[in-house]
Amino acid sequence: MLQKLYDWIDDRIDITPLWRDIADHEVPEHVNPAHHFSAFVYCFGGLTFFVTVIQILSGMFLTMYYVPDIENAWKSVYYLQTEVAHGQIVRGMHHWGASVVIVMIFLHTLRVFFQGAYKKPRELNWMVGVLLFFCMLGLGFTGYLLPWDNKAYFATQVGLEIAEQVPFIGEQIKILLAGDAHIVGAQTLTRFFAIHVFFLPAALFGLMAVHFLLIRKQGISGPL
Amino acid sequence: MSEKKQQVSRRQFLNYTLTGVGGFMAAGMLVPMLRMAVDPVLQESSAGDLVNVGLAVEDITTEPQRVDWKIDQVDAWYESKVGKSAWVYKNDNDEVVALSPICKHLGCVVSWEGSEDYPDQFYCPCHGGRYHKDGQNIPGTPPTAALDVYESKVENGMLYLGRAHPRGEA
Ligand code: HEM
Ligand code: FES
Repeated sequence: MLQKLYDWIDDRIDITPLWRDIADHEVPEHVNPAHHFSAFVYCFGGLTFFVTVIQILSGMFLTMYYVPDIENAWKSVYYLQTEVAHGQIVRGMHHWGASVVIVMIFLHTLRVFFQGAYKKPRELNWMVGVLLFFCMLGLGFTGYLLPWDNKAYFATQVGLEIAEQVPFIGEQIKILLAGDAHIVGAQTLTRFFAIHVFFLPAALFGLMAVHFLLIRKQGISGPL
Repeated sequence: MSEKKQQVSRRQFLNYTLTGVGGFMAAGMLVPMLRMAVDPVLQESSAGDLVNVGLAVEDITTEPQRVDWKIDQVDAWYESKVGKSAWVYKNDNDEVVALSPICKHLGCVVSWEGSEDYPDQFYCPCHGGRYHKDGQNIPGTPPTAALDVYESKVENGMLYLGRAHPRGEA
């Protein structure tokens, strides 16, 4: 049945070569933990991607209940957490995943650094990786405000003050992020929400596409 | 220079025109969006009205006292009353000084003589930041700047306060 379906599609648009290009290739021995257990360090990139997928999916579902308004944000999070079946689980996935994804991207970066895998010809992908890391930090920073509790509010206050320390344009950056020169409030929350669920995920997708294309193009770096 | 006129080929002409029109259309789309995003940065910063904080000037001594008052804050589509506080005293020239209690280290709240070990100083309980009575931070403690100063005026014997500004700014 499935084979028939595949054949029907393949017959029309010839997807086999596409599939071969994307996924059908052998994992080199030196990155396969089944051969050398120490090769588990090569898993961190994939794990980062895996947790990112969890973040995106759980985030999309949280958005079904979440309201980015200062009167209702906390209440909507409280509601989805206490009243909605499995809401606690989905929020928990997003909450803990946000920390795990940073740990994973960090371990992945350490592996690339200590193996020298960033060296020629892979410098560009290191740079893309650094941008991905900033994107991730940005998602963590903007997401943290969304529950609109005391911890969220004051963490953002401090974060904005840090942004303000940038020479010359610090104040402008702060106002651009906060949406108001003096208040961390209604416009800060809507901005952070927009950045968290639209702007940064869009940037993340673009950067991940380039990251993976470059890996396909250049292959994984050789054994040490 | 050669006699021959610099010819623009049909292909070049179309390329330039298309790029121009395309660029114009792209700009037409992007400019309103970007202008919308940066609007808060370009807002004139409002002066902030001075409000009566309910303290008679004759009750202000040379000893800093804490004043709490409320202002009507308009945060976009959301209006609320917000609590503010200041440390107020008369300096040696008999001028009223109103200092912001927000620590210039990480934003905790400082108190006059908040620690018994440091009389005649403002003390921050969070990381032991200290300030002289005039608000100058004491070197060797965490804060990196003097306490902000409130805009103030006296009317009918009552103290009015506005917004707190860092020193060095008007
Ligand atoms: C790698 C990607 C992401 C990271 C690191 C991240 C991080 C965070 C963090 C730290 C919070 C605060 C959670 C809490 O305090 O419990 C949060 C909340 C939230 N995020 Fe994300 N996020 C990511 C992707 C997304 C995406 C793609 C969406 C939507 C399409 C999304 C939607 C939300 C929503 C609606 C909330 C508020 C609900 C809540 O606080 O539980 N997130 N995010
Ligand atoms: S916040 Fe006052 S000393 Fe750190």
